[in-house]
Amino acid sequence: MDTPVSESSNNNRETLDSVVIRFAGDSGDGMQLAGTQFTQTTALAGNDLATFPDFPAEIRAPAGTTFGVSGFQIHFASHDVLTPGDAPDVLVAMNPAALKVNLSDVPKGGLIIINEGAFSSANLKKAGYTSNPLDDESLAPYRVLKIDISKLALAAVEHLGLGSKAALRTKNVWSLGLLYWMFDRDRSSTIRWLEAKFANKPDIAAANVAALNAGHAYGETAELPQGVGTYKVPKAELQPGEYRNITGNEALAWGLAAGGRLAGLPVLFGSYPITPASTVLHSLAKLKHFGVTTFQAEDEIAAICSAVGASFGGALGATASSGPGIALKGEALGLAIMTELPLVIFDIQRAGPSTGMPTKTEQSDLFQAVWGRNGDAPLCVLAPATPGECFHYAIEACRIATKYMTPVIVLSDGYIANGAAPWRIPSFDDMARFDVRFHSETEGFHPYLRDETTLARVWPKPGTPGLEHRIGGLEKGYSSGNISYDPDNHHKMTKVREAKILGIANDMPEQAVELGNDSGELAVVSWGSTFGSVNQAVRRARSEGLDVSHIHLRQMWPMPRNLGDLLRGFRKILVPELNNGQLYRVLRAEYLVPAQPLDKIAGMPFKVAEVLDGIREHLQA
Amino acid sequence: MPLDTPAKKLTKKDFTSDQEVRWCPGCGDYAILAAIQRALPEMGVTREKTVFVSGIGCSSRFPYYMNTYGFHTIHGRAPALATGLKLANPELDVWIITGDGDGLSIGGNHLMHLLRRNVDVQLLLFNNRIYGLTKGQYSPTSILGQRSPSTPMGSLDAPIQPALFALGAGARFVARGIDTVVKGLGDLFGEARAHHGTSFVEILQNCPVFNDGAWDGVTAREIASDTQLWVEHGKPLLFGKDKEKGLRIVDGGRRVEVVSVGKGGVPESEVAVHDETNRTLAFLLAQLQIPEHPMAFGVLYRDPMVAYDQAVVAQNEQAKAKHGDGDINALLRSGHTWTVE
Repeated sequence: MDTPVSESSNNNRETLDSVVIRFAGDSGDGMQLAGTQFTQTTALAGNDLATFPDFPAEIRAPAGTTFGVSGFQIHFASHDVLTPGDAPDVLVAMNPAALKVNLSDVPKGGLIIINEGAFSSANLKKAGYTSNPLDDESLAPYRVLKIDISKLALAAVEHLGLGSKAALRTKNVWSLGLLYWMFDRDRSSTIRWLEAKFANKPDIAAANVAALNAGHAYGETAELPQGVGTYKVPKAELQPGEYRNITGNEALAWGLAAGGRLAGLPVLFGSYPITPASTVLHSLAKLKHFGVTTFQAEDEIAAICSAVGASFGGALGATASSGPGIALKGEALGLAIMTELPLVIFDIQRAGPSTGMPTKTEQSDLFQAVWGRNGDAPLCVLAPATPGECFHYAIEACRIATKYMTPVIVLSDGYIANGAAPWRIPSFDDMARFDVRFHSETEGFHPYLRDETTLARVWPKPGTPGLEHRIGGLEKGYSSGNISYDPDNHHKMTKVREAKILGIANDMPEQAVELGNDSGELAVVSWGSTFGSVNQAVRRARSEGLDVSHIHLRQMWPMPRNLGDLLRGFRKILVPELNNGQLYRVLRAEYLVPAQPLDKIAGMPFKVAEVLDGIREHLQA
Repeated sequence: MPLDTPAKKLTKKDFTSDQEVRWCPGCGDYAILAAIQRALPEMGVTREKTVFVSGIGCSSRFPYYMNTYGFHTIHGRAPALATGLKLANPELDVWIITGDGDGLSIGGNHLMHLLRRNVDVQLLLFNNRIYGLTKGQYSPTSILGQRSPSTPMGSLDAPIQPALFALGAGARFVARGIDTVVKGLGDLFGEARAHHGTSFVEILQNCPVFNDGAWDGVTAREIASDTQLWVEHGKPLLFGKDKEKGLRIVDGGRRVEVVSVGKGGVPESEVAVHDETNRTLAFLLAQLQIPEHPMAFGVLYRDPMVAYDQAVVAQNEQAKAKHGDGDINALLRSGHTWTVE
């Protein structure tokens, strides 16, 4: 927590301008639920915020083990929040394993709320403790609040006569109640949510509400140790408008539905479940009344092939996956490139290679997205920076795919897919339509007739009399659309496919500098979900007087048309990425600039401090 | 499947594209191509609503020779692509052309799911028991011991029987024909198209270059009446030059045996009668092999149920009826929202 900025008269609450809380417990302890409810309530309280859910791949890892620990971090403030925070000011540890896994992230003096009731010798052993950390000096550097949350939650719901297992399950909500009291949050939104969620199980609803109230009441009445107080985080000054919380995957799904509307096309979304992309399918499956058909295919290949088939049929075909699935889709992507059909692909990146770490974030599919196919197979790649931007880039993908008759990959990642951020809701009515006009002229028709400006081929729709034609993966003659093995023709068609994609740069904005000057000593060039931490780090570096600018790429391919000139205005270029160095190599290859990598390959987002250290080191080098 | 009345009566020529056919001389595919080009006008279809989708292989060149819409896709994936096409526009009349390698090896998974979903398409599987386009390797339907460039000492893996695979995957229409029996093929194509749901048609096809005569034991004209049993719904399962042989079901339905019928044999009443809605009988028929039994041809099984694409349309309509036409502005504002002044 920041140093108190003032003493408030309101219940003697200390006013803070920024707080980071991490909920941590067993994957069955309901930490994600507690975190999302705290998020919702905090948004309603008018703070800006960012979240980072971090959970194990195992659905029900053995209880009490360190690899079964699930976490949810929220950073909320009275000012702009760009990251979920480097380190938690408050750690809620529901069991020994949660304490063990998270303790090293808590700064000295941080507040740790511990569910003492879960520190049994069996649980300590499962977490790998040889002695009880509550009994020795290991927690001395922290402010510790030990509460037997298990027992208090059981007592709070005792009157409802639930089984002890169901009763014990309310301990997450009990701790949520305590934090609501501590940070002056209103309980009513969560109570309404619990009542709606458990509408069919009134006793469970009542138990959760009772536990929430009991946790809150405990804070009001219990004698708390010195150093544990109550706090207040004033509203942030946000741009006026209507807001909601949105996750990246939800935004992609809604953006695709909106993009279909703006193109005047029905959408066919073919997908195969994969972490962390599945929730895009879940969201779209609820949007049938928006002209969206969802198809859960038998595998990744069938998923993309169904989308290619739909686009051939005159719908907007789309699919989503993560790295391993995108690898399987490679051949069909090539088919869509060769047949020049519109296609929207969401790649929600995760730590690789192979199965890697499915629930952990990474930015290591850039090469795969831009180049990962057989043959010279160019397509367009976009990378939103925030959950909210996912909405706009899904729409942009639909626009480019239909205008240029090409696949467009949107590179998201596990971090923005699951993380929620407040989002100022745009007005759909203000968005420009890009209605598709199918080819209808039979005179002189062949399927590879091109628009002179965009180089896009025509889109003739099956069912149209007089435009019967055959397309496929074999090379086609430039001026006939028939199969061609002519050497010059293949050369020409390869160049045309490339020119068409590179031309998209003329249809998108020039690269702007996010922060700092247009030229100077150091440009920090980031892309995708690292926006927040990189931007914060550059802001801090600049406040230290360092000559640093922040350039954040969203158009990964083709790259913005002014990017080369812009980069050449800086003496040094540092490229922070959550991979082993991909963008920096692209920048070197494309522009012959001295880009250097700053990599983190830990399955976790950058901390601001890590980027800041990288900037300082790079400037000294 | 839509029934369209074309303005003028179309002919074989209308369904023939301007592309030069490039199969080997004597390839069974020529006969199948001619059969479909002749059969389509009889069905009263329009060119613009007809789409041929194929994978990779000799048979998959088929769409280029049809003057309809066509998509020559990638190896094994035609069923997946056709499913998306049908979901995008259920009004289209979609034919999938595949082979034993494309359909049952690299694309076996997609074929299985197409069949169980019962997407309303016709799938013609050209079974020549060999890989042609890659020059003669054995295929998943090759006989055990098939010598080929990749199995010089003979193949070691047991072949799959396409019609049995289809039945096992839940197909609701399973038929079998022969490339050279053109009239029979045309009829089967008509039946396949009339069926709502996935119509699976296995066609025994000769590859004169890499596996010549692979089906001779069944298809050779001089023995055909003894090796082919053409089934018809409601008719006894008779074969032979004078229909003097028949199939009798024995062992409480677990087995079929060949019996002589009439003089010196069993009365015709003991011969099993074909019931195309009987799945158990279809399994028995699909696995009949020479030399012990004749091979069964015609519509082995037909028992329609709702097609997947129609069910998807119905569910989409149901959602629209319940929620009205989706409003993006309302969607973006669903759930918790708050206003910053």
